[in-house]
Amino acid sequence: MKIHEYQAKSVLARFGVPVPRGEVAFSSAEAADVARRLGGDLVVVKAQIHAGGRGKGGGVKIARSADEAAQLAKQMIGTTLVTHQTGPEGKKVGRVLIEEGLQIDRELYLSVLIDRAAARPVVIASAAGGMDIEEVAAREPAKILREHIDPGTGVVPFQARKLAFGMGLGAGPAQKFVKLLSSIYDAFLATDASMIEINPLILTKSGDLLALDAKVTFDDNALYRHADLRDLRDTSEEDPLEVEASKFSLNYIRLDGNIGCMVNGAGLAMATMDIIKLAGGEPANFLDVGGGANAEQIRNAFRILMADANVHAVLINIFGGILRCDVLAQGVVAAVRELGVRVPIVIRMEGTNVEEGKRLLKESGLNFTTADSMGDAADKVVSLAASAK
Amino acid sequence: MAVLLDRNTRLLVQGLTGREGTFHAKAAAAYGTTVVGGVTPGKGGTTHENWPVFNSVHDAVKATGANASVIFVPPPFAADAIMEATDAGLPLAVCITEGIPVVDMLEVMTFMHGKTTRLVGPNCPGIITAGQAKAGIIPGHICREGRVGIVSKSGTLTYEAIHQLSREGLGQTTCIGIGGDPLIGTSFIDALTLFAADADTDAVIMIGEIGGTAEQEAAAYIAREFRKPVVGFIAGQTAPPGRRMGHAGAIIAGGQGTAAEKMDALSKAGVRVVKSPADMGKAVRELIK
Repeated sequence: MKIHEYQAKSVLARFGVPVPRGEVAFSSAEAADVARRLGGDLVVVKAQIHAGGRGKGGGVKIARSADEAAQLAKQMIGTTLVTHQTGPEGKKVGRVLIEEGLQIDRELYLSVLIDRAAARPVVIASAAGGMDIEEVAAREPAKILREHIDPGTGVVPFQARKLAFGMGLGAGPAQKFVKLLSSIYDAFLATDASMIEINPLILTKSGDLLALDAKVTFDDNALYRHADLRDLRDTSEEDPLEVEASKFSLNYIRLDGNIGCMVNGAGLAMATMDIIKLAGGEPANFLDVGGGANAEQIRNAFRILMADANVHAVLINIFGGILRCDVLAQGVVAAVRELGVRVPIVIRMEGTNVEEGKRLLKESGLNFTTADSMGDAADKVVSLAASAK
Repeated sequence: MAVLLDRNTRLLVQGLTGREGTFHAKAAAAYGTTVVGGVTPGKGGTTHENWPVFNSVHDAVKATGANASVIFVPPPFAADAIMEATDAGLPLAVCITEGIPVVDMLEVMTFMHGKTTRLVGPNCPGIITAGQAKAGIIPGHICREGRVGIVSKSGTLTYEAIHQLSREGLGQTTCIGIGGDPLIGTSFIDALTLFAADADTDAVIMIGEIGGTAEQEAAAYIAREFRKPVVGFIAGQTAPPGRRMGHAGAIIAGGQGTAAEKMDALSKAGVRVVKSPADMGKAVRELIK
């Protein structure tokens, strides 16, 4: 689960990570109030969306008065911000973070995530902060420093010092870095984060380290034990169909194509998208109905699939293990009748009770196209989608 | 021979009394697996579907001589169950559970370090040795005895590969679902190493997906020392970056973990990589003709 920058900073601050003073504002009046409370010569107005690259996209601006902060907030809230991470459609800004301005001496990079191959957390640090870290890794790999953390000990101070001196910090800031990294690692474990990324981590002219930006994502599988973090979800940042699907434990991801897919199992669902593309078509979605789907779930899946107006044909690809083909067929027939689905539907099913399933489809009198293999199914659905346009 | 499971397997079911545990324990027994009992803390001393139930894995192993465990325990308790199986010294623990927090798996991996138990999974369909035994949820009726091994991150794609092999008149030795989570007990390399040493396995189908670098590491291993023919498929060739495609581990992050880079690495290692998931069985047929 992704959260906003201001939420990430507030979570990190709870663990003792220094962050700039600031507050979120949902309107220009609120922005002015926050700016007045913060005082000082200038404040920064930052659009809050679940995507990076906001600075270049015009989503981060400096205001020299409360009035100017209000003005900037007014301009940002309600507009659509396009950055290299949002895609061309951009993301609508609903709130802004108003933060104190700081005198920046250096910009560093710091993140914590799981190294899958090593099966350990890894800290990544770089003196080249404020830039796209993937680019730094590609161009100047020597500037990327890594320390694997032993889960038994946590971050040992020498590891933090190694990173701090490696980034060229002096003795004073290095001491502060040891404390900061330990706080960030605590936050990582305690919140079940998948990643914490501070880019940039700044060294101010007065010698302090602060998280100037913060990106935190949480492990969805662990949210059951973090009621407080679950409340940070902002569904306005997500595709409405994906939000709807999540209510029924359906794994749905909307894509750009015109062939809707309904599949059981994540791997087979990805492979179905792949084979549609190979056959010359474009998948409209990823949809995994899961291994134990029942008729009700099939109906909900169909409803969500068909809510995407781009869908001109549907491919159902099911390999029945636990999910029986006859149960699936009943669910599909009922859903198609109830929802009045008009687009052509290609069904390929295999596995448990497949003959009974095929018989039910045939006897329904509905116009299904059946296929014998994945390849056959993909060819059929692509040609049907093309002629349905 | 086959690997990991065979006629001598004595299988324990952790979470036997739950709905999933009961269903799949019966299916395993129906397939011919020797299921010796179950563990459900608090229900020790009772029986369930005629199997003895124990309070702990230690008690169960002592009483039944179990040498493998399959775990159908809900996510909040699954890490605990894996560590208990490990502590009881079982040679094999197969964890089917999907949705275990990564931080819990981090503890499991640390706990298991230096111990003798092999973990398969979590978030996997388990293992089946055709005609002999199964631990997990792979449907037995689609398998036929043969000489091809399967190792896969995905459940239903494993079934697809099994089905294609059976259709080609080829069968399987052992099919190992290693799971789609970021942290898993048995890697592609571990599974391939087992198949390398198995005289009954002539070829292997390896099914990977986007996310992480396990396929690239396997490619390096194959190039270095794996001498049997391998057919590879990578799911997610059309997956958008930055999105988690169902499996917790299936995500292209920071431009890394794409299907293209995995397919490239495997091809360079001499693996016959098929672009279409429909071609896995056919490709094996061509390789071992």
